Amino acid sequence: MQQITSPATPIVSLRDVQKSFGPLRVLDGVSFAVERGEVLAVIGRSGSGKSTALRCIDRFEKIDCGEIIVCGHRVDLPDVDLRALRQDVGIVFQSYNLFPHLTIEQNITLAPCSVKRMSASRAKELAHKVLAQVGLEEKLHAYPEQLSGGQQQRAAIARSLAMQPKVMLFDEVTSALDPELTAEVLKVIEQLARDGMTMVMVTHEMGFAKGIADRIVFMHRGKVHETGSASILTSPKTPELVQFVGTGNLKS
Amino acid sequence: MGGHLNINHLLFLGHGALWTIGLSLIALIGGGIAGFVIALARISPLRSVRLLSAAYVQLIQGTPLLVILFLGYFGLAAIGLKVSPLAAAGASLTLYVAAYLGEIWRGSIQSVPKPQWEAAEGLALSRTQRMMKVILPQAIRIATPPTVGFMVQIIKNTSLASVVGFVELMRSGQIVNNSLFEPFAIYAIIAVVYFAMCYPLSLFSQRLERRLGRGRADFLAPA
Repeated sequence: MQQITSPATPIVSLRDVQKSFGPLRVLDGVSFAVERGEVLAVIGRSGSGKSTALRCIDRFEKIDCGEIIVCGHRVDLPDVDLRALRQDVGIVFQSYNLFPHLTIEQNITLAPCSVKRMSASRAKELAHKVLAQVGLEEKLHAYPEQLSGGQQQRAAIARSLAMQPKVMLFDEVTSALDPELTAEVLKVIEQLARDGMTMVMVTHEMGFAKGIADRIVFMHRGKVHETGSASILTSPKTPELVQFVGTGNLKS
Repeated sequence: MGGHLNINHLLFLGHGALWTIGLSLIALIGGGIAGFVIALARISPLRSVRLLSAAYVQLIQGTPLLVILFLGYFGLAAIGLKVSPLAAAGASLTLYVAAYLGEIWRGSIQSVPKPQWEAAEGLALSRTQRMMKVILPQAIRIATPPTVGFMVQIIKNTSLASVVGFVELMRSGQIVNNSLFEPFAIYAIIAVVYFAMCYPLSLFSQRLERRLGRGRADFLAPA
């Protein structure tokens, strides 16, 4: 599969994506694209399909029809090289999913060493660097359970960064955290945005989405219901988005 | 006939006890290796492999060990395959242990939370790398207490091999009793020896469980 990397080509593009779980149509013709360096926030009620859309990008879900191209990989085709795709895409989950039997350093060096065949010493340097980026240098030798939720999530972000992905996906990464811990994780993501990382994030943090996102996608009943710059949150056009931002539906 | 329990009798019993340990080791090592293959086959991406291994497990778990032993010794002999008591007992126990350990280990592998697989997948690890570096180290922690508990069962179940004439601890007790006619004393000794072999393992299993209850895999801390 050839890599298409001309600046005009989006890093991620979904075109008319459909996906059903049994009789339930979760994605009903979803299309959006993310340009290099862009931060896209996907918002919507629980069950609107936003997390599923995100998981389709990294092919944790197979789609029924439509087209998904991520960093030149045809994700919708059955013969997509998953390991190549996942080296280009970093994903961070709501439940952190650090490996509990490994130290933070080992969590971070595992993939660079086993997938990219990086030497142990170089991988350790890298671990140091990415942990510094998320402000956790001192936790190098701690086990995940010794960290707070916010620290675990920052370590998970560092683990993804160590693979030097071209795009990062964030799946409600602060939903399990209290406001204080949420703030420390959001600060890290903000810094990544300033550094020019391409990001797609599913989030319930409206204030944060407004502050950081170049573009917002509002999903409703498996469709992109409204999309535009962050200003759509303050002046929504569709009644559904009016209701969504109006009811203070920040958490669900 | 008759006479008193003497040092030779005790040596004979000791010899039997060694064979009980030997047979247990054969069963656990053979069954452990085969059980690992069964566990992996039970979660194979291939449907046929999953079905075949599931059928094997059901077949063995639905059959008394005594019947498997009879089949392995008398049954094979009847169709012209003469096997020694040791071979028959070793093979039967291996088949038996493989089915149970396979199930214990499959359950342990599957009880590692699914997001752990996804996180490893998201980092581009291959299926083998995910299994070896992420899933198995966690599954081993979960599997250790029930595995050690099952080992105790196996040590006791080797006594069934006495019915095919294999002289382990139980059979050697029967032989000694046939000449002394002191069943209470002799079988009490046998019971104590079995207990002495099993109790340390039970204790070890309990300690492991307490340790794992704390949540940290100290004994598995990676180098």
